[in-house]
Parts: sequence; structure tokens; C-alpha cells
Amino acid sequence: MPNIKVDEARCKGCELCTAACVKKCIVMSTTFSVTGYYPAVCCAPERCTGCGLCAQICPDLAITVFKEEKAKA
Amino acid sequence: MLQVNRRPESLVDVKMHYCPGCGHGIVHRLVAEVMDELKIRERTIGVAPVGCAVFADHYFNCDMIQGPHGRGPAIATGIKRSKPQCIVFSYQGDGDLASIGMAETIHSAGRSENITIIFINNAIYGMTGGQMAPTTLVGQKATTCPLGRDPKVNGYPIRVCELLAQLDGSRYLERTSIHTAAHVIKAKKAIKKAFQCQIDGKGFSLVEVLSTCPTNMGISPLDACKFVQEKLLPQYPLGVFKDSDGGMNNVSRN
Amino acid sequence: MGEKLLMKGNDAMAEGAVRAGCRFFAGYPITPQNEVPEYMSWRLPQAGGAFIQAESEVAAINMLYGSAATGIRCMTSSSSPGISLKQEGISYAAGADLPIFFANVVRGGPGLGNIAGAQGDYFQSVRGGGHGDYRTFVMAPDSVEEMGNFPLHCYAVAEKYRIPAMILTDGVLGQMMEPLEFKFPEVDPKKLSEPDWALGECRGRKNRLVGSYDLYEGRLEVMTLNRAKRYAEIEAKEVMFEAQQCDDAQIVLVAYGISARACGAALKMARAEGLKVGLFRPITLWPFPKKQLRELADRVQGFLVVEMSLGQMVDDVRLATEFRAPVHLHARPSGVTPTGEEILKKIKDTLKAGKGECVCCK
Repeated sequence: MPNIKVDEARCKGCELCTAACVKKCIVMSTTFSVTGYYPAVCCAPERCTGCGLCAQICPDLAITVFKEEKAKA
Repeated sequence: MLQVNRRPESLVDVKMHYCPGCGHGIVHRLVAEVMDELKIRERTIGVAPVGCAVFADHYFNCDMIQGPHGRGPAIATGIKRSKPQCIVFSYQGDGDLASIGMAETIHSAGRSENITIIFINNAIYGMTGGQMAPTTLVGQKATTCPLGRDPKVNGYPIRVCELLAQLDGSRYLERTSIHTAAHVIKAKKAIKKAFQCQIDGKGFSLVEVLSTCPTNMGISPLDACKFVQEKLLPQYPLGVFKDSDGGMNNVSRN
Repeated sequence: MGEKLLMKGNDAMAEGAVRAGCRFFAGYPITPQNEVPEYMSWRLPQAGGAFIQAESEVAAINMLYGSAATGIRCMTSSSSPGISLKQEGISYAAGADLPIFFANVVRGGPGLGNIAGAQGDYFQSVRGGGHGDYRTFVMAPDSVEEMGNFPLHCYAVAEKYRIPAMILTDGVLGQMMEPLEFKFPEVDPKKLSEPDWALGECRGRKNRLVGSYDLYEGRLEVMTLNRAKRYAEIEAKEVMFEAQQCDDAQIVLVAYGISARACGAALKMARAEGLKVGLFRPITLWPFPKKQLRELADRVQGFLVVEMSLGQMVDDVRLATEFRAPVHLHARPSGVTPTGEEILKKIKDTLKAGKGECVCCK
């Protein structure tokens, strides 16, 4: 299943990814990270399509996107 | 699982110092990805500006030089003429490029110096604390025009791409933005074209990137993106202003 | 090498730089240094180098900053107002430890002043010039031959200690023609080894940074103190001067550059009249020949500093001699070259005055 991994130590909680996510599956955490920001979290991994738009807009390269490999025909 | 995105090799694996939501991080990544894709990292020399991106030399994983405010194009010229086999880019903000360094910008374009300039236009001074930039909009507040930019006192904002497009020496000019993911993807294509222009030896290339400075605009990063869409785009239309294969074309307002 | 040539001072300096391995020049027109960029515009392409007429002195020095960062030998030149503009880049080069080389063909100032030879930029040259704590290696030729031969030495010192080096000359030396000989074999820049800090292709090595800033508390101080150690070494090892007939002299003239030529004429006339006069010519203005002047101070009746400025080098002579002998001044600022006769008269006044009395203002 596609998913994203947010590097909490790098995320500065700017929220740009939440707007970029077409499926609206990214929200901000309610607990702050080691650096004192509320980092982004994927709240609905089942909706994530692995499109990577969140990573495109992330200024801190804090998001890694994973996608399932296409089954070979 | 397939990893969709990867940190480019041309970017040092450290946390960047920029404020939350700052556009510099995005543009740094785009330039680094382009360097990776064009396989030029090992022969690229970057010029870091004065301003928040003064630390760009800590982030790009290629040889870097940091010089005086606004002099990036002159420094890049000296490097390129001394080591023509190297790919040279200068990374500059609006105060750096369009105010103190305007002469260097125009003349490096006039000479068609075979260098690439990445121009970050966020309509404000960042590192010094939100003063009026040459690209600050009429009516936009800044710490040196607290009531908003008044044309009677402060004049009008300068459109750099349009200005440089008049020069025979400019070869590739495009204005892009990074306020949405779709614009980010387009901005990368422009940056890649600009570097390719240099690799092909065609001459001066510049990509203007409309960006955000939430801290000094005094708004949230998301509102800053809205500001770009609603306020900056009408003043600074996106598009290709010069392509060595054709003249001015493809200017849009979205 | 070995060949006698007849050249203008500015041309000789440009040719000397090319023979010393210079392969990049950026400059901007200003009188009386115009021959340097004009010469370089055809000579450098011939030698496989690059010449750029920059849009301003500010751009020119920053082009040099970029060029020097790639580890090649490069040069810029200007005259007084232009050198003021270049101070930005010179300070950055000093801060980034780049061995840039430039020449100031001084004209009368301040402001636009005039285009005659002058020496009013002494303080600007030897005290740093731009902002921040730094030094520049300063050589002052007094002949076309020295104009042609000093660039090589400037490159050698600049590269050894990684500091800016300059030739401080003036409109008279720049414009006059004299026979000269280049006393060194032509340098092939391809045979010079690339410095281990030079920017270029980072294949197989860590990427390199050239810059002059460090915002972490205390680290910039360490960088500056390390530079100060090199400055101390330069002061100990790189002083150059010429002393003529100083051994039995009662009065020693102290002058550099074109003033020293005028003093040479005065020296001949004075000696012909049986006056015990010597001439001490600092060749490096920074480092200043302090020790040598200090030694002379105990043996002479006084010094007469002759300079084409209001009295700038005279301060260095007074500091060097620790007031052990009177230091008098003959100043011709803003573009006037003193004659041998007027200096001879001043020598006689100085001899008459004896110890203690000052003749500077007479």
C-alpha cells in the first residue's frame, strides 16, 4: 500500500504538504517533535496514492514517498 | 515497496536552516535534482549570494563560492572564463539580483555569459528583516515602507525577466513559481532547460522563481502561497520570456 | 629574458603579469591606467587567456574574485577612484584567503581629483583599504623595469601566504617609457600545480568552499588570528628596500616610487656639494622596512620623507624610528611631482635645523 514517511527531525511543521495532498490524508501532529514543531503525519494511509506531490512541495526534504511496484504483466 | 523520491546526491544530507515554509529549500532541491539528472555535479561550481541563501554553500554538494551582495554574475563570469569546462550557476534573491546587483545581472546577460542564474523573487528582503525589495508590490507592507509601497515615494516593482528579454544576449529566460506542487514540477523543468542551455554553450540563462518568505511577510506558509497566487502572479506573469530557439512567447497569468 | 625592450610602464606591468602566468584580466577604463586593459585585451587571448572589459570596477574585482578561486593567476588594475570601488572585492578576497593581484596607478585625489601621478592612496593600500582586519602585500616600483618584474613576485607572495598583493604605482611611472629587461623565464601556467583549495571539478574529492564568513561565535576570530600569523611571517621575511649612501649619511631621504626618483636626483646634487645625504627607498610598503629604519635612526641626524601626498608614509617612518631622530616631511599632494632642486633646498633646511626643530611646515 502506498504511504509516506515523515522525518520528524527535519519537518518544520509548515503545513504546505497538507494543502498539496489531493486526497487530504496529511494532517499536523498534535504532539511536537524533538525540534519543537508539530510535524506532518499521514492520517489516512489507505487514501494515499503515492503521487509524491507532498514531497514536491516539502521545503525540508522531510517526506519520503513509497508506492507499490507494479505487478509485471 | 518502491521509493518514489530520493534525496538528490547534489544536496548535502543536512537539515537546512531556513524558516518553516521558506521556498529556498524547494528550489535548492530542484537545482540539486537537475544537477543529478544532467550528471554535472562533479563539474559544477555554484555561487552563493548574500541573504538567507548565503548558506547555500553548506547545502549544495558541489564546489561553492560565497561572494559580496549582488556580485554573483560577476563572480560566475570570472569562474566560467577561467574554467570554461565547468558548469557555473549563481543563486540570488531579489534584493541581491535586482537591486544592488542589477548592473552585474544586466551586463552578464548583455555579454551572453554562458552561466545560469537562479533568481528567487519573494518580493521582500529576508535575512535583513523584511525591508522593501525592488520587487515589492505597490501597496505591500515592508519594514522600510510600513504603510505599504507608495509609488510616489518608492517607485514601482521591477520585472526582471521582461527587462532581460530585451537584451540580445539573454538566451533562456523563464519565470516560474513554487506555490503549488504543480508549479514546483514546472519550475524544475525550467531549471533543467536553463542548465541545458549552458551545457549546449548557448549563453546566458536565468530562471526566476516566485517564492515565499512567510516570516517576513508576516503570514503563515499556506497564506504566503495564496499571496503568490493572488498578488504576485498578476504582477509577475509566468512563462518563457526568451528561448534561444524562438523569441518571446508563452507568457501566461496562471 | 635577457632582451632589452622599450616600453611604457603600464604596458610593461601588463606584459610582466602575462609572462608571470596571468591568464585572466578584468578591468574598467580609467586614466592613467588605461594601457593595462588595452594591452591585456589583445595579449591575453594571444597567450590563451581571457580578457573582459567589465561594466564597473566593482564587477571587475568580483570577476577576479571568481577567477582567483579557480586557482589561476589573474589580475585587475585601476586608478584611485576605481580602486576605492574595488575595495569591496579586495576585502572579500582577503577574507576568503584568495591570492588576487591588482595594480593601482595612482592619480591625484581626493574625489575625481586629476589624472596626474600622485601618491595619495598610501594609507588605503598599506592599512587594508576595505572593511575588516586584513593586510595587502604592497610593492612600489620606481622604474619601468620594476613595473615589469614585480608582478611575478606579487604572485609568488600572494600564493605563498594566500593574501591579496598589489603594485602601488602612479600616473608618471605608468605613462613613461624606459628600457627594461624581464629578468625571469616566462612562466607556463600549465606547469604550475593547482592549489588544494581551488574550485573546479570535484570528481574524486570532497566539494570545496570558498568564502569569507563564519557566523559561529569565535570561529571568525580564529580564522583572522590564523591570518595574523601569516602577516607576522610576511613582516619577518618579505621586506624589500633599497638603501643608497646611507652608511655615512647625516640626512636620509625616505621615499618610494616616483618620489624616490626625484630624491635620486636630489641625492646626486647634494653629494656633489659634499652634503652627507642618503636615500632609503622602501620597495615593499607593507610589510614596511621598520627594522632597517629603526637601525638607521640611531646613526643619523634626521630623516626627510618626500611623498606626493599630504604626509602618509611619514607616519610609518615615525612609528618605525620610534622618534629616535627627527622625521621631517616634504609633501606635494594631489598630482605634483617634486623636483630634485626643491628637495635639495629642503635637505639644506633640514641640515640647518639640526635635531629638534621641525622644517616640515616651512
